[in-house]
Amino acid sequence: MPKTPLTFTLNDGEVAVFVDPGASLIDVLRRGVGDLTPKQGCAQGTCGACTVLIDGKPHLSCLTLAETVEGRRIDTTAGLAGGPNLHPLQKAFMEGFSAQCGFCTSGMLMASKALLDRTPNPTRDEVIEAISGNLCRCTGYEPIVDAILSAAQQGGAR
Amino acid sequence: MTIHKGRGFACINYPIGMNLGGDPAQALVHSTPDGKFMVALSAIDLGQGMKSVTRQIAAETIGVPVEDVYVDTADSDTGPHDMGSFASRGTHRVGNAVIRASAEARKQMMEAAAEELEVNAADLDTDGKGNIHVKGAPSRSITVAETAIAAQFKQGRTLAGRGIFLIPPSEANPETGEQTPVTCFAHAALVVEVEVDDETGDVEVTAINSAYEVGRALNPKLVEQQLIGGAWMGVSHALYETTEPYYPARDHGPEDFNTYLMPGPGQIVPHHIAVLERPAEDAPFGGKGPGEMCANPVLPAVANAVYNAVGVRCDRLPITPEKVLRGIRANGGARPKGRA
Repeated sequence: MPKTPLTFTLNDGEVAVFVDPGASLIDVLRRGVGDLTPKQGCAQGTCGACTVLIDGKPHLSCLTLAETVEGRRIDTTAGLAGGPNLHPLQKAFMEGFSAQCGFCTSGMLMASKALLDRTPNPTRDEVIEAISGNLCRCTGYEPIVDAILSAAQQGGAR
Repeated sequence: MTIHKGRGFACINYPIGMNLGGDPAQALVHSTPDGKFMVALSAIDLGQGMKSVTRQIAAETIGVPVEDVYVDTADSDTGPHDMGSFASRGTHRVGNAVIRASAEARKQMMEAAAEELEVNAADLDTDGKGNIHVKGAPSRSITVAETAIAAQFKQGRTLAGRGIFLIPPSEANPETGEQTPVTCFAHAALVVEVEVDDETGDVEVTAINSAYEVGRALNPKLVEQQLIGGAWMGVSHALYETTEPYYPARDHGPEDFNTYLMPGPGQIVPHHIAVLERPAEDAPFGGKGPGEMCANPVLPAVANAVYNAVGVRCDRLPITPEKVLRGIRANGGARPKGRA
């Protein structure tokens, strides 16, 4: 089957690739573009490890058809830091020991970035709601919730 | 409908590593030409902090800044042998191997520095900041980087070390059966508070208070992180997780993350932890390591708390609403076992 040309914005850069019809966005990002920050956990939209932002809103890239992002803007964890300067969320996760194995971290960061971008000073319940689609098996979630609240206090919406 | 409060207690003596059969760990340390040190291990960092803690141990033993030590746990095909990351053995077994390898590398480093400074190696000391100096005369010094360059390009010697840690298997006394199964124990006690709904059978853990004795906490934040996450997993095993709810029948078994029940960020339990530090004699800098024991005592404590709350003794995990309700019905109603 012929491949489809696809262009979109990825973290301020322009991407032009040919994709197989029906390819998922995460496959295009990881295999086609080489951005390995979205993680594939369950491949069925349950674990949230593949979360990316499409035009600022969190989406599960394992369930998103790549062809639907034509002309749109994708944000991944790879674009969070500005050079050597970590995003306030990344800094708060690091200082709060909010990762152990780290597999959920990328999805947690994108889900919480989407929250802080629209709600710069969230309540604890709003934070819990925002990451309730993201599974973590190591931390018990509390260090993650604390880090997101801490990042919000530091002006996490950047 | 009544919500019954209950409180349960459990404690644990947890053996560090496996003694029967040996359970060895190996480490190799070598310097790069610029005076950094590489630690090669096959122990695996699953996020528990193996790399961080062995890096600290190596830096402390060699006498160099922690920034100048790299830990490579890349590959069990090519690295020195290790039994694996299990049984809370990492800090203890691998840490001891790293101390031995690092001590040999330090000895060679001091000999190389002694040759450059034309003094006796026994008169030298490190400052932990990348310098080697004559004891009592800090101005007579050489940097670790200069030492490594001199060793490699002038003296023709390596700054390297090999380490293995092995506790031999203990033979059982044929008369008494007595043996030493393990040399190092960690300890913990915890109290769990629950609320049990006698109409729905729902159990909610409302607080955990724990005290852990894990030897010296070599990296206190990593210890706390393991204890918090491990207790969450304990609650998850006690109340939610199962692959075969009606074992041996496979009915209603979960098939994926959609149907495998786990607590989420909405079920965070406040956990108050006291870490007691009682350095162990045969442990690296006294650190035993928390590991598996973070989760284990939570399960019996939850079961005891449910019994305390409604008088139902669940001896199969997880303690699901169905089991609690069946127990309450069999008892002819909730039978709280005392003041919570």
